[in-house]
Amino acid sequence: MAAAPKRPFRWHIVVFLAPAVLVYTAIMILPLAGTLQLSLFRNIDQAQIFVGLENFRRLFGDPNWSVNFWNALRNNIWFFIIHMIVQNPIGVLLAALLSSPRLRFSAFYRTAIFVPTILSFVIVGFAWKLILSPLWGVAPNLMDLVGLKNLFTPWLGKEEYALTTLSLISVWQFVGIPMMLIYAALLSIPEEVIEAAECDGITGMSQFWKIKLPLILPSIGIISILTFVGNFNAFDLIYTAQGALAGPNYSTDILGTFLYRAFFGFQLQVGDPNMGAAIATMMFLIILGGVCVYLFLVQTRLRRYQF
Amino acid sequence: MSTATHSLPRTIGAHAVLLTYTVIALFPVIIVIMNSFKSRAGIFGAPLTPPTPKTFDLIGYTTVIGQGDFIHYFQNSLVVTVASLFFVLLFGAMAAFALSEYRFRGNSMMGLYLALGIMIPIRLGTVAILQLMVASGLVNTLTALILVYTAQGLPLAVFILSEFMKQVSDDLKNAGRIDGLSEYTIFFRLVLPLVRPSMATVAVFTMIPIWNDLWFPLILAPSEETKTVTLGAQLFLGQFVTNWNAILAALSLAIMPVLILYVIFSRQLIRGITSGAVK
Repeated sequence: MAAAPKRPFRWHIVVFLAPAVLVYTAIMILPLAGTLQLSLFRNIDQAQIFVGLENFRRLFGDPNWSVNFWNALRNNIWFFIIHMIVQNPIGVLLAALLSSPRLRFSAFYRTAIFVPTILSFVIVGFAWKLILSPLWGVAPNLMDLVGLKNLFTPWLGKEEYALTTLSLISVWQFVGIPMMLIYAALLSIPEEVIEAAECDGITGMSQFWKIKLPLILPSIGIISILTFVGNFNAFDLIYTAQGALAGPNYSTDILGTFLYRAFFGFQLQVGDPNMGAAIATMMFLIILGGVCVYLFLVQTRLRRYQF
Repeated sequence: MSTATHSLPRTIGAHAVLLTYTVIALFPVIIVIMNSFKSRAGIFGAPLTPPTPKTFDLIGYTTVIGQGDFIHYFQNSLVVTVASLFFVLLFGAMAAFALSEYRFRGNSMMGLYLALGIMIPIRLGTVAILQLMVASGLVNTLTALILVYTAQGLPLAVFILSEFMKQVSDDLKNAGRIDGLSEYTIFFRLVLPLVRPSMATVAVFTMIPIWNDLWFPLILAPSEETKTVTLGAQLFLGQFVTNWNAILAALSLAIMPVLILYVIFSRQLIRGITSGAVK
């Protein structure tokens, strides 16, 4: 700003920036910092006392908390793994098919497959709960059509299946996002690259694996980090389908539902803002860790091709 | 393109896969809407068939409209969504303009600061947000929700809009300056109209999560007066677990407005995504 003394202070920049920065700072950044800070305090005799890492020691060590915490973390990791191995390959497959040239009705497919993504978790959770309910019999009837009726069990009610079922419901809801982003990436591959590949006799499947897939890897990276952040922050679907207790027997408990119970209390458990803040801090660190891994390890290694 | 890439079996295969997935995507929605127009006997007797004159019944809808205060919840959702959207677009566009148009000390730091919120979810600050709202007496008001959603929507809005604002021609803005227009007039009269299509994209991206959110209405505004339609539907569904007609009707009522809006705006949304707005 060598020119600064020559021109008057540009107030309009402040005016343009102020509303966004003020709202963002006051409602997002300060509470986030406040939450991190609260996790270091305890409420003793109506006063907030600084206790250092005591809350975290309880979270990891005290069986009242740690059993639930590690369970929620494990479940959350499984939730994420299912998304990565089911949602993203399906998304890539659908996008690859959609982007094939001169495909008819592609706008229709695109619009239809994206429909679940715009619905709220409440609708999705309840609709699937009804469909999978043994009372109603839609799922058993359908499975009967293909002769698999004896494989049906009330998946949402069984400890060993409930979490995987909910993860798959969530995949069903969000598969539209990887599909769209990959589709966009595939469309942006220039015609010349494809033509050059065809001149060299690379077509069909091998063209996809050798030419297109490496070019869309950055998009797959972005989708993975978006999925990571979304999954470790998830709450609504589990809450709607299984309630705050994330039943059966906490088998679908993830960090979001655990945070809700710790913070607000539920039934016999009394709400504890400080422990809630400690859990939120852990979620923050996990998400931050994921984002850092992505930014510093994945993104710098993926080669971006400029056309 | 070589003919090998669209041989007939390949095309049929592609359609088969896409059609199968389309059925998987739409089936739960269709089955819920279809059954909401049936009598109880029809729902359980033949869940997979469309309503026939014999099974057609609107009992579910009359129960929902009689029991739940859905019109009111609907208004709350509408107020919250529209107001948050307005502030996100206005404040977001202003900040994006400042960041993309002027060179000043701390410009890129400010950009990074505002972009933090794209990756770090605002939910993690809930404990302190609730304390803040309690302290300022905003609990159980729509204002609390509007403030939170404005903060939540701003980072992505600023990020996307500043990408688009960089593309507005400098000559145009400088011509305006020579004609003696103030910076504010340049922004509102010249730049805003030119980025209107990208504003629509941002609007759609901002709107969907706000309309569908359950977490903040549950925590900040659970009172009867301020319930949004998502929270209202959640509680209503919890109360009527055994009344399948009412549940299916409530679900259909919650699906239909979103679905209608989506059909109207889907081209805008899909163009927004595929034009690389979210990179």
